[in-house]
Amino acid sequence: MKIEDKKRVLREMVLHRRFEERCYQAYIERKIGGFLHLYPGQEACCNGVMEAARPGHDYVITGYRDHVHAIKCGADPKEVMAELYGKETGSSKGRGGSMHIFDAAKRFMGGYALVGGPFPLAAGIAKAIQMKGGDEIAICFLGDAANNQGTFHETMNMAALWKLPVLFVCENNLYGIGTSIERSTAVIHQHKRVAAYNIPADECDGQDIEVVYEHARKAVDHVRAGNGPFFLELMTYRYRGHSMSDSRGYRTREEEELWKQRDPIFIVRDRLIKEGAMTMADFEALEKETDAYIENEVIKFAEESPEPRVEDLEKYVFADRESQLPWLTGKAA
Amino acid sequence: MANIMYWEAIQRAHDEEMARDPLVICMGEDIGVAGGTYKATKGLYEKYGPLRVMDTPISENGFTGLAVGASFLGVRPIVEIMSVNFAWLAMDQMFNSAAKVRYMSGGQLAAPCVFRSAGGAAHQLGAQHSARMEKVFMGIAGLRVVTPSNPKQAYGLLKSAIRCDDPVFINEHELMYNMKGEVPDGEYFHPLEGSEVARAGTDVTLFGYNISVHWCLKAAEILDKQYGISAEVVDLYSLAPLDRAGIKASVSKTHRAVIAEEDEAPVGVGSEVIAIINEECFFELDAAPVRVHSALVPQPYNHTLEKATIPDHEDVVKAVLKMFGKA
Repeated sequence: MKIEDKKRVLREMVLHRRFEERCYQAYIERKIGGFLHLYPGQEACCNGVMEAARPGHDYVITGYRDHVHAIKCGADPKEVMAELYGKETGSSKGRGGSMHIFDAAKRFMGGYALVGGPFPLAAGIAKAIQMKGGDEIAICFLGDAANNQGTFHETMNMAALWKLPVLFVCENNLYGIGTSIERSTAVIHQHKRVAAYNIPADECDGQDIEVVYEHARKAVDHVRAGNGPFFLELMTYRYRGHSMSDSRGYRTREEEELWKQRDPIFIVRDRLIKEGAMTMADFEALEKETDAYIENEVIKFAEESPEPRVEDLEKYVFADRESQLPWLTGKAA
Repeated sequence: MANIMYWEAIQRAHDEEMARDPLVICMGEDIGVAGGTYKATKGLYEKYGPLRVMDTPISENGFTGLAVGASFLGVRPIVEIMSVNFAWLAMDQMFNSAAKVRYMSGGQLAAPCVFRSAGGAAHQLGAQHSARMEKVFMGIAGLRVVTPSNPKQAYGLLKSAIRCDDPVFINEHELMYNMKGEVPDGEYFHPLEGSEVARAGTDVTLFGYNISVHWCLKAAEILDKQYGISAEVVDLYSLAPLDRAGIKASVSKTHRAVIAEEDEAPVGVGSEVIAIINEECFFELDAAPVRVHSALVPQPYNHTLEKATIPDHEDVVKAVLKMFGKA
């Protein structure tokens, strides 16, 4: 990666980290309800892959740990935060919440909260791309635990069979909710599993964005060139629990500390400092600036935005009635 | 008017819509090269090729989800789920993705998919191939449910469903694919909402849908000829939403109601229709509405037991006679 790109991505990663930490705070303050699954520790995964892909052009779909993926695709952080606040200005108009961020205009096709659910949806998006003949690809980010769902195997089979332009990115953070991968999964290295479907696969360090980027580039190119699906596994770790109700009693603080030694943001920061492209003071200023942006713009926007109207409770269940009338009444022209 | 079979009507709707719009595709087990278990997609593979007529692996939730994902980008998939019993496996994608995506995305994405599936008890197919599950589908927000009782409806409902921007579940019946009936020669779109008076009458309304409409029609004939009771038959081809106005109008006219369903009784179409009658026209009633329904047992293989499980026109006649104090 070029120095300029690294500096830009570092800015983005800091935003992603601070955004998520601010969400934690807002949750404690009861401003955010429901479930909240945070991303700190995994920033190099989404950022590395999307640097190799084309955000806003390629279609991205993921599970419930979705805020950062949405923002990386181009969703406005203000709208994502407003969604977490359940506001009408939210990216899903307050109807989705943390686990269902959508930004169709940016081709971020959403976060879904049934583990493994997005696999076939991603293949379907790829099927549509294939039919329409575009050069987009579908990218499906999911955690390792999703691979034990039937949808994983059903989708790998279909994606390979029909040579669909889909990149599966497995963010292997070693835990499915509170169960370690050793205790839930017979094969720890997930990329080995897709060999059964003749899908080419690769595995790499998910903490170092440059490593992720290099591997993702090959994966993206493979898919975009029309060679069918690819499976990329990124070894990573989430610092926080599965969700806010998780006190992480199933793992040791020593293990967490060990992973924090290889923090995806600090890796980039230290490299840039070493290369003389920035100083520690620059980085601290960046953090402050990011916090100020989140507080003064993102949080402010969410706080000041209106609630959805109760009169609109049943809006969006079905398509707009007027446009559907020919089929509802059978009086088509 | 052409006199064609139920399966031919479905095939014709597929063909016309696929010819019109290159983004209409169909998919399911055996629907391509093999021509479809019930022939509903016969000849389409040869005409439209493997990219648009997709023989899927036997993995219902997977290919249903694939259809839903494709529909996000404007593709119009018609998914055939060979037997409604297998739709249980696809419910996650139908209910959690297709039915909810418009809402949880605040109107940004939609899943205009058509899911067709054959339900009902046929001939000794046993517990895992005889399910009726209308009651499950009709309670899902965001999903439309229609159920054709004749070739005209089978054709027109599928045409409308393909063009509708909402996900539509079409509940067909295994015993009806060879039923013949008149279908208009030109394009015909059957309304996705509402109900039809299949036979006018004055003394009691018999509500049916899909195959039970035919029990009701037969029962109405017997009641008329043998007992002088004039029964109106209302065909509830739309189960979600149910036609409240149509139910009210007929019961307000006849003041009595019998609901015949092949599904089991708990939380079924019958209980829903009776609830609507209570809410809309309770004071019009001359008798308590009655349900005719299946026994709540896993479908037995044995022919005698199977017959005892599923109601027919005689059960409808009995229910009406009891209501009139004649049995």
